[in-house]
Amino acid sequence: MADTAFLRIEGVSKTFGTFHAVRDVTLSVAQGEIFALLGGSGCGKTTLLRMLAGFEEPTAGRIYLDGKDMAGVPPWLRPVHMMFQSYALFPHMTVETNVAYGLKHEPMSKAERADRVREMLDLVQLTQFAKRKPHQISGGQRQRVALARALARQPKLLLLDEPLAALDKKLREHTQFELMSIQERTGVTFIVVTHDQEEAMTLADRIAVMDKGEVRQVGSPTEVYEFPANRFVASFIGSITTFAATVVGREDGQLRLKVADFGTEVLARDVAGITEGQAVTLALRPEKITISQARPEAANVVEGVVKDLAYFGKDSLYRITLPSGALVQVHAVNARRGDEAARVADWDDKVWLSFEPGAAIVLGD
Amino acid sequence: MKRRPTFLLSMLAFGFAFFYVPILSMIVYSFNASRLATVWGGFSTKWYAALWSNTKVIEALMLSLKIALVSATIATILGTLAGIALVRMGKFRGRTLFSGLVTAPLIMPEVITGVSSLIFFLLLAQWIGWPAQRGFTTITLAHITFSMVFVTTIVQARLLQFDRAIEEAAMDLGSRPWQVLFDITLPVISPAILSGWLLAFTISLDDVVITSFTTGPGSTTLPLLIWSKVKLGVTPDINALATLMVLAVGLGVVVAGIIMNRTEARRLADERLAYRTNG
Repeated sequence: MADTAFLRIEGVSKTFGTFHAVRDVTLSVAQGEIFALLGGSGCGKTTLLRMLAGFEEPTAGRIYLDGKDMAGVPPWLRPVHMMFQSYALFPHMTVETNVAYGLKHEPMSKAERADRVREMLDLVQLTQFAKRKPHQISGGQRQRVALARALARQPKLLLLDEPLAALDKKLREHTQFELMSIQERTGVTFIVVTHDQEEAMTLADRIAVMDKGEVRQVGSPTEVYEFPANRFVASFIGSITTFAATVVGREDGQLRLKVADFGTEVLARDVAGITEGQAVTLALRPEKITISQARPEAANVVEGVVKDLAYFGKDSLYRITLPSGALVQVHAVNARRGDEAARVADWDDKVWLSFEPGAAIVLGD
Repeated sequence: MKRRPTFLLSMLAFGFAFFYVPILSMIVYSFNASRLATVWGGFSTKWYAALWSNTKVIEALMLSLKIALVSATIATILGTLAGIALVRMGKFRGRTLFSGLVTAPLIMPEVITGVSSLIFFLLLAQWIGWPAQRGFTTITLAHITFSMVFVTTIVQARLLQFDRAIEEAAMDLGSRPWQVLFDITLPVISPAILSGWLLAFTISLDDVVITSFTTGPGSTTLPLLIWSKVKLGVTPDINALATLMVLAVGLGVVVAGIIMNRTEARRLADERLAYRTNG
């Protein structure tokens, strides 16, 4: 797949003086895919995006789009358009002329151009605002103008820089699904840059998790959440509690681990590349742990005391102290109803924690 | 009841009086019937009538306007280009020198600028025979050199708070850098360019020092005319002329204020419209 991929990023690095913004990134993206670059600020995701747009040239490495080497191709000649984080609408033009701006470089008649603009405004449901100026419409509408403008020339690749960051929570959810449906209808390949894991998880087909200029893992939302490749990815996506552990042995395709904080041995899902006797990290997601008052019949059982709990209504978050003093976060859905029944346990209750071997993540680093 | 800060108020009154009593007395004495500028001889508008029939004054006014118009326009074009170069072209070779050269007239004593311009024009006339005579051209050239810096400064300040993403977006949509300049950058900063032009125009219109060094026989601008007349004693027609200038400037400020208030009110109305139709 790597050689025939629609977008290929091969060993791309970018340095600004002595600062390495992007280090040796290799990625391939299929046509029609929504691909997310996820990471905190300064992880290099925006620099990578700007290299795809042509605003920055890689210090090393190559970028191929649809088989063509993009090296030295200026932004105005790339079939790549960008939706800027600030939207970057032209303040002195109307919504209509904003959308039409890129089309003046296309060999098309006036009527064709007007048709395309109408079609685009229709796509983002802004036809009635065509004659307004950018400061005469709301933030959500501005975002849609930016999208229509970037899509008008039918790019091969659409880059979206933090597309939902400037919108309020309610509008974000709505816009998220709208973006996905527009992507489906137009078939354009989307590259989304975001620091928001939820945004990446819901929007993207695949996610590249970045840290300090490097790609730490590439995979579907399920893969990066359920099968994180390293401690960075495990802790960056969702919340997680980690413990130092040692591999004692292998049995029935599972790893037997000795965890000092638990005082017992536990079973975990086997991971390739882990050897017996190796020091590893055991990572547990709060929602994969079951909390109960009576000792349950399960493969992995640990004893603890409720130190703290936060009631959110539909669910509760518990902080459990283990005998060793270590803290574990546990998430429980409040399925029962009533004043007392809503909670599984109360402050200072002695409880039992259990988890499936398949839900225990073993990390080699 | 809050006690009035008497001291502060009286200081304010004193300050305003210091600024405006001279102007007020000038306006009052422009309606003086007496020939003597400082002796009140009854109300009259005859000095205004005398002004209109004075061809020298009208000629000087026309020359001043012509110089201000041409020099402000050329200074605006050059000053805008310099501002764009300083903000947009990054760290090019000789940037510091260029920046210093552009802003030097701002701190250079006017007399120095005037003298050096005069020497330059004289040497030029010796070497290549141009300018054969000092007058409109030489004054205009000198005015361009010292008013350009004001345009550059205003344009530079505007460009520094300009969202570069707007220009990148235009480039991203297929426009080459020069197209971006004409399609996006210049239209967006046009208010700053206009105010730069206005400033250059005003500065050129009332310049005395540099003009007096670069002028030649027969080229008397309005400020020079007033200056030469005052040397022979302040006469009421000068008061009348100055009053008209104050009136013109005051009117300009008021009109500009009204226009700015209106655009601000429109912007607020637009914003309300945006919120009403939100969604």
